[in-house]
Amino acid sequence: MARFDPYENNGGTCVAVAGAGYCVVAADTRLSVGYSILSRDHSKMAQLADKCVLASSGFQGDIKALQKNLAAKELVYEHNHNKKMSCPAMAQLLSNTLYYKRFFPYYAFNVLGGLDSQGKGCVFTYDAVGSYERTGYSAQGTGAALMMPVLDNQLKSPSPLLLPARDAVTPLSESEAVDLVKDVFASATERDIYTGDRLEIVVINSSGTHREYIELRKD
Amino acid sequence: MAWQQAMGSHAAGGSQAPPAAAGGGETQRTQYPYVTGTSVIALKYKDGVIMACDTGASYGSTLRYKSVERIKAVGKHSLIGASGEFSDFQEILRYLDELTLSDHMWDDGNSLGPKEIHSYLTRVMYNRRNKFDPLWNSLVLGGVKKGPKGDEKYLGMVNMIGTHFEENHVATGFGNHLAIPILRAEWREDMTFEEAVKLVEKCLLVLLYRDRSSINKFQIAKITTEGSTIYPPYSLKTYWGFSHFENPAQGAVGSW
Repeated sequence: MARFDPYENNGGTCVAVAGAGYCVVAADTRLSVGYSILSRDHSKMAQLADKCVLASSGFQGDIKALQKNLAAKELVYEHNHNKKMSCPAMAQLLSNTLYYKRFFPYYAFNVLGGLDSQGKGCVFTYDAVGSYERTGYSAQGTGAALMMPVLDNQLKSPSPLLLPARDAVTPLSESEAVDLVKDVFASATERDIYTGDRLEIVVINSSGTHREYIELRKD
Repeated sequence: MAWQQAMGSHAAGGSQAPPAAAGGGETQRTQYPYVTGTSVIALKYKDGVIMACDTGASYGSTLRYKSVERIKAVGKHSLIGASGEFSDFQEILRYLDELTLSDHMWDDGNSLGPKEIHSYLTRVMYNRRNKFDPLWNSLVLGGVKKGPKGDEKYLGMVNMIGTHFEENHVATGFGNHLAIPILRAEWREDMTFEEAVKLVEKCLLVLLYRDRSSINKFQIAKITTEGSTIYPPYSLKTYWGFSHFENPAQGAVGSW
């Protein structure tokens, strides 16, 4: 007999690419379970602060709970400090929030993108229980295995083993990065059944955030 | 039965073990559903939201109740439809009664709209799954309420673990497999009520033919700015006279 399972994978893919003065964060809008599509237009992203956007895939119930929790904590921070939370601060908060539920985890795979306090693009990538790393680009979710090698190939990030440490942000211009993100999503959509329908792209730079959508394959 | 001995006292006693009831007795949690209702379908149309389901409730594969209402009005602006465990649905209705009553008692002229009710249900469902004591339902919530940009139609769904979303048309259970493809092909935002009823009946008929736990006694309900109407149950016309139904062996001649 069917037993209760508190988790479900609703699929989807999240990507972020950081440049010198910008960060591109993107996620598809498909919401699936098993072989069924529940919705073709469901956002996985949350604007948590001025220069800080979170994209998450995994179990939608946990994702919404996590994003609401972070938004609430950001608001308290704003009241206490009279400023918005920085992206690296939010990154640490997200890690702690995930680890807080280490033994009944949020089934959420997160990519956090934004600008740091110097105005440089930053990307933070996580696992479900809170281990994280600052990188120049990342992909998470059901299509990540298809996208990550392409991003590695195209963005030619310097090895993290190099000493002294080299900057991880990509040399691409903002529009080139947006085009690359569109391409990797269009490609992953061809082979990953959980990725598709529509792509939501948020570009964060010194002049604020800009949001755009493109259509993806619907099959 | 083995499952009645909750994990409580036996499960290692670690921090993972769920707390037993305060009275010292063992807590009981729903491990699987008993009496269940099948699909609910709903869609937005020109003036509001239309919702439909049959009136059956099954005990496993036994049709235990043949005339139960699985669509109910909530407050002034919403309709709720439920599939899954029927007793859990009735408990949810008690929660909603309490919610709308306390909202009414503020007497401030404000009232909870479909968006707020859906949000509340979402939190209740997710909270209960976190306690490993789920309400075994898929819920559909539809409604219309005046907003800053005129009348706002709303249609959303929540399941037993708290996955939730909004859509122009939704269907639970078998309906997700059989009715959604029809709705995707034929749904329009500006459908009249008559067109919407026709489309809903088309979906219900497919479900009646292909979902064995469905029955031929349906209820349709609508919600508009004028309020909600739950229509009395009625049947659809079925046709079983296909020649292959009457003589199934015809055209399948054996080898001997």
